Formats: sequence, C-alpha cells, structure tokens
Amino acid sequence: MHIIAFLIRRALQAVIVMFVISLIGFSIQGNLGDPLRELVGQSVSEAERQLLRDELGLNDPFLIQYARFLGNALQGDLGTSYFFKRPALDVIMDKFPATLELVIGATFIFLALSIPGGIYCAINRDKWIAKTIMTGSIIGISVPVFLTAIFLVWIFGVELQWLPAFGRGDTVEMPWGWDTGFLTLDGLAHLLLPSIALSSIMLPLFIRLIRAEMMEAMGTDYVRFARAKGLSTRRVRYVHAFRNTLLPVVTVGGLMIGTLIAYTILTETVFQWPGMGFLFLEAVNRVDTPLIIAYIIVVGLIFVVVNTIVDFVYTLINPMVKLPGAKS
Amino acid sequence: MKTLRHIATATAILLGATGLASAQTLNFAYDADPVSLDPHEQLSGGTLQLSHMVFDPLVRWNKDLGFDARLAESWERVDDTTMRFKLREGVTFHSGNPMTAADVVWTIDRLKSSPDFKGIFSGWTSATAVDDMTVEIKTDGPSPLVMHTATYVFPMDSKFYEEGGADIVKHGDSFASKTISGTGPFTISEREQGVKVVFERNANYWDTNSPGNVQTAILTPIKEAPTRVAALLAGDVDFIAPVPPTDLERIEADENTQLVTMSGTRIITLQLNGKRNEALADPKVRLAMVNAINNQGIVDKIMKGFGTTAAQNSPAGYLGHNPDLKPRFDLEKAKSLMAESSHPDGFSATMMCPNNRYVNDFKICEAAAAMLAKINIDIDLTTMPKAQYWPKFDERAADIMMIGWHADTEDSANFYEFLNMTPDADTGKGQYNSGGYSNAKVDELTIATLTETDEAKRTADLQMVEKILYDEAAFVPLHWQDLAWAARKGVDIEPVLNVMNFPYLGDLVISE
Repeated sequence: MHIIAFLIRRALQAVIVMFVISLIGFSIQGNLGDPLRELVGQSVSEAERQLLRDELGLNDPFLIQYARFLGNALQGDLGTSYFFKRPALDVIMDKFPATLELVIGATFIFLALSIPGGIYCAINRDKWIAKTIMTGSIIGISVPVFLTAIFLVWIFGVELQWLPAFGRGDTVEMPWGWDTGFLTLDGLAHLLLPSIALSSIMLPLFIRLIRAEMMEAMGTDYVRFARAKGLSTRRVRYVHAFRNTLLPVVTVGGLMIGTLIAYTILTETVFQWPGMGFLFLEAVNRVDTPLIIAYIIVVGLIFVVVNTIVDFVYTLINPMVKLPGAKS
Repeated sequence: MKTLRHIATATAILLGATGLASAQTLNFAYDADPVSLDPHEQLSGGTLQLSHMVFDPLVRWNKDLGFDARLAESWERVDDTTMRFKLREGVTFHSGNPMTAADVVWTIDRLKSSPDFKGIFSGWTSATAVDDMTVEIKTDGPSPLVMHTATYVFPMDSKFYEEGGADIVKHGDSFASKTISGTGPFTISEREQGVKVVFERNANYWDTNSPGNVQTAILTPIKEAPTRVAALLAGDVDFIAPVPPTDLERIEADENTQLVTMSGTRIITLQLNGKRNEALADPKVRLAMVNAINNQGIVDKIMKGFGTTAAQNSPAGYLGHNPDLKPRFDLEKAKSLMAESSHPDGFSATMMCPNNRYVNDFKICEAAAAMLAKINIDIDLTTMPKAQYWPKFDERAADIMMIGWHADTEDSANFYEFLNMTPDADTGKGQYNSGGYSNAKVDELTIATLTETDEAKRTADLQMVEKILYDEAAFVPLHWQDLAWAARKGVDIEPVLNVMNFPYLGDLVISE
C-alpha cells in the first residue's frame, strides 16, 4: 500500500514538473534564433521566408502555439524536427541507446575504480599510494571534461593510434530494434575513450566520498563493538562499515545522474558520439526548436524517473528511511 | 584503430583474401552532411556536393572557372535569348530509365518551383525538348549567365519521381527527400542523417573515361574541427574538409598526410550604416575607416595567412575583379582623413558579428574594433551565434555589421545585387545590404550587367562598379576565405578539387 501511495504521489508530481518544463522549454524557443535561416538558402527572399513561417505556424501568438504544442504532446507528438524531418521523439529515441551505453560504460568504470579506491584510501590513508590517489583526484575534479576528452583523443587516438578517435564503430542490431556496440570488438574499442572521459568527473568525487564515509564509519561505536565481539577485520570492514557508506553514495549517485547526462553533451561532441547529447548541441546550432524542446522534455522525464528510483533503492538499503508520501 | 586494422589485414592475408584490396573504399569527413536527398530542397554547399556524386550536371565548372561538358555534350547560342543543349546519348539513371530531353525539361521546371533555386532560374522563361536529345532554353532577355545557371541543372529521373512523388517539402518527409535516382558515379546504399552516408559506385556510369576508382565512399559528418583533424591524423578517415587554419601546420608537418589549399571566393566584409549613425554617412569617415583597418594584418595574424586580402567583392578570376584596386592600410592617412571629417574628435558606434559563421569571425571583429580605436572610433562590439545573429542582421540592429558572401552564380553581379544595391523589399535587391548603401550608378550598372551578353562590355561595367564601391568606401572589404582540404597520402585529391568546393569524387583516384 505504501508503495502504491508513493507511486501515485510521485506520478502527480511528475506531471506538474513536466508541465513546468514544457512551458519553460517552449517559452525560450523564441530566443534561440530564426529556424528559417537554417532551412533556406542565402538568396531566398524575405517574402518567401514569411510564407514558410506562416506554413510552420511560427507567426501565431505564443499561447496559440503553446496550446497546439500541448494538445499534440498529450497525444505523444512532440513535433517534427526541421532537420531530420521526422517526429522529434523518434529521432531522440533512435539516439537514446548510444547515450545510455555511454552512461553505462562510464558508470561501470567509475564504480569499478572508485569503490576499491575509496576503501583502500580510507584504510591505508598514510600509504603513499593513497596519497597519490588523493592528490590525483583533486586534479581530476578540476580538469573540465572536454579537455580530458581532447587529451585522450590526442594521446590514444592520434599519437599512439591504439583506439579510434571518434564515432561509435560497428553495432549489432538486437531483436527489439536496439543497436548495441557492446557486442562487437570494434564497438567496445570505440566506447572506451568516451567512457573514460565521461567518468573522469565522477571518479575523483566518488573516491573522496567513499573514503570520507568509510573513515567515519570506521570510527563509529558499532564498528568498535563489532571488533570487540571478535568479528574478523574483513567482515567488519566490508560488511558492517562499507554498508553504511553506501547510503550517501546512492544519494549523491542519483543526483549525479543529472550531471552525467549534462556531461554527455560535451563528451559526445568531442568524440562525435551519435547520441542524444550530440544531437542536442547540433539542434541548438541549427535552431531545430521542436527537437530542442523534445530533448528537454525527455531529459526532464529521465530525471524524474531516476530520482524516484533512487528514493526507492534508499529504502532497500536502509529500511529505517521512510518513503516520502508513505504513511508511517 | 590501426591495431584493429592490422588484425583485420593479418586475418585477410591468412584467409588468402588479399584480392579484396582492389575494392577501394574512401572514408571522408565533412563538417556537415546534406540536409536532404532532394537536390532542390535547399541551396547549400552540402546539397551541391551530393548532387555531384549522385547526379551529374549539364555542364560543370573546371579549375579555370570554365565549363566542362557533362550530360550536355555540346551547346550553341541560337539567338540573343535562346540557347540549345545537345545531350549525351546512352545515359541511364540508377533506376535503369534512359535519360532524355524530357527529364531535363522536367528538372528545370521543378527547379523553377523550388523556393531556394527559383531565384537563379528566374531569367529562364522556358525549357523545351526539341527532340529526344536536344533541349532549348529561352531567357527573358539577353542573358550572360545561361552557362553559369546550367551548372545547377542536375537532370533527375522524372519517371521515377513522378511515380514516387515529386513534391518539394521543406519541413517534412517526402519521397524525394529519402529516395534518389540520378545518373551520377555513385548511388546511396545507406543513410543515417547526421551520422553517415554510404555511397556505392554506379557500375553503369556513363563516364568510362573517368579514372575514378572509389568503389565505396563513406561520408561521416564531423562538426567539431579538432575531432575532424584528429580523425584524419589517427587514420580513421582518408579525406577531410574543411581544415581549420589552426591545424594547417600540423597537417603539413605530418608525413602521412597532404594538404591542398586554394584562394577562395567568399568575401568577408563589414558594412557601415550611415542611416543609424550619421558619422558613418560621411565619405571621409568611411575612407578613414578603410584605411585604419589593417586587413593584411588580419589575414597574417588571425587567419594565419589562410585568406586572401581583399579590396573589392570580386575575387581574381571573376569578370568584375578589378586588378587596379589594392588593399588600403595607412594609419597616418586615416588619421588625417578623420581630422578633416565631420567628426575630427572621433565618435562611438555599435558593431555586431557572428561567432560561429565565418572562420575566426569574432576575432576579426575584435581586431577591427581595436584598429578603429586608433582613430578615436569607440566601438561597442556584440558577438553572438549565427542563429541569433541573422535576425539581428535583418533588423539592421547595429551601426557596423559583418557579412560574408559567396556568389551562387560565381559571378560578380551577384555580390552587388545582394550586398551593394539600394535595398528594395519588393524586388529583393540589396537584401543583405545592412549598411543601406545606395548609389544610382551602381544600381543601374548592376541591372545592365544582368542582361549584357557582350563579355567585354560586361566586364568593363562590372569592374566599374567595383571602382565606384572602392572610391566611395561603400563597405570595408577584409579578405576572401581560403579553402583547405586534407587527405592521407595515396588519396590523390588535388585533381578533383575546385574553388567552388565541390570535390568531384567520382574522378578520385586512390593509388594505395
């Protein structure tokens, strides 16, 4: 029951959030520039352009345009991309797998490195390896993603020529129409550098977070008691102490998903990765307003869904936490 | 990538499949891909590059800005307003349909209904099929630009498009924007817009004299210049364009790549609006400004030598190019002109420039502003992305605005028509004249040159327009943007490149 109440409340919240997002997204479109410039050649006359603007409904008052947009959006139609000449939502969904795989790749890398790294630094805080990792993580946090990305392309793509410098490589079509790069050697080779670049922002942050939380947990009473009871060091560290460091990690992790999506825009642009972020930046350059708004709405939806899942996972790790909206 | 490629090569050798090496594949990267497969939907470089691969024009430009016969085998002027094109026999479309005069007429009629192309074809009153292999063009008056215009006629497969759907749709899906049938050296086997286009050699291509040996060509649009350069240097692609000025040296220094550069035909200028700012209406002030701006310095320092300093609109090779006009930079003269002008103590002016349209656009404007400060002109500069810039440009939102122009007709009159004639909303003349410059003589001469067929007379008129614009400092000419392409060694791009930037990839030879 609690879960259902929680879900209903969240769904209502989501609708309001999506409405606000669509309104904001729609109202900024007038400031993005004139889409007609991207649709016609240089010598097309102003009269011809006005005709096209009329056809596209761009000369209608804001409220009429927005009402038309909302009406269509409720039927699942977020408009037609000027550039792709296909429904904006279809275009985004086509690019979604590429971005998701990049995010999965980055998540895999930073989890695989930050958990052991953070624990190691907490337990052996005076060893030189730990100190090096900590110093390195400060540098890691301060270097922007696109610089890391360009640096990686230059070292591993151009100088050493070990890995491809751009694109997604060979993909395999899955039965449900999803092109995946995970199943080919070429696809994985293409995935490596962008994933590292994208994870570079999260990795140092997570190492520091896990280290700090772990150190705090190690100093708490229950860990001392556990030791006093005669449990093995290993069990005390990895089960009792580590479990409690997970809570803040999940919270921050959930919040960071948003950052991760934002950084896909930079990473995808440098690597020419055919995903949603790259698509978005190109759409801004081309003043492809239907596509821009559709992207904002889709990403808004991802945020809402991810935050709901994070809240949910929270309770699984720590049953003491009450779901917001659920009665006690 | 290399590692993978080596593995692939090794595997191929082990399997005894080395014979496959003769099938040449070209991986190339431009900064954009064509917006549509419909050659008449949008007049842009990308569309014309595509047209040269999948279609073939009646005639095409050669390196000396002359015309080479393609689908038109020969042509003759019947009278002042009539031109006859004899078509090549035995050419078939990709669909298998034979190409005839009816297709050419159909294509021209379609061009005349395309919003983007109708301007170029406005002077062509009719196109008729005299017989199966002869097309007759009539113009509304004597026209010097029939051949220029014919370079835009890429005969389409009328039967194929009539059956599928021939509508030109600017903002939606249409048969012609997704499917294609031409006579060209390549067909398209796969296309994912914004990601890649795969071209396959047309086995029945009529031009059997073409040395071209590319069997498959894969276009990947790479917008970011550093990524494009990295892709070439890493060996992921064989040919890129354009090459940004910052990477010219690096590519030249790399022993595995070759660089080809050419002086371009796109002029970059600043327009001065005397109606918004009365100081700019004073001819002495305008002359002082032209003299104060060191455009050679801009080319050397900001463009890293990758531009050709200009004193007029027309690049060398155009009829209107006036060889007597030299770039002016003389700070002392500029100062004395200012002292004699109506504003001896200087004045302030607003300036707007795009920051992602032309090569180094906003840096050029910053430099120009600093140079104008030396003659006490205080510039308030605003730069913005082109998407925001063009609406501002249409509003004439600043006293000084930047505009670059390439003549779609490769003819001088096109510059004057759009940039220098008195703005007139009805005729569309002066549409890009944000300075509002107006001179009756310029208007009159430009209109005359659009119907003058005597080349000597026409040349004199066009050159006179440049002289008037120069003497009156109608605008500030900066430079023509140069063009640059780069390829790996073994991809012989030099012979197929031209100043229009339509690489004739059908004729490209890959030697290894």
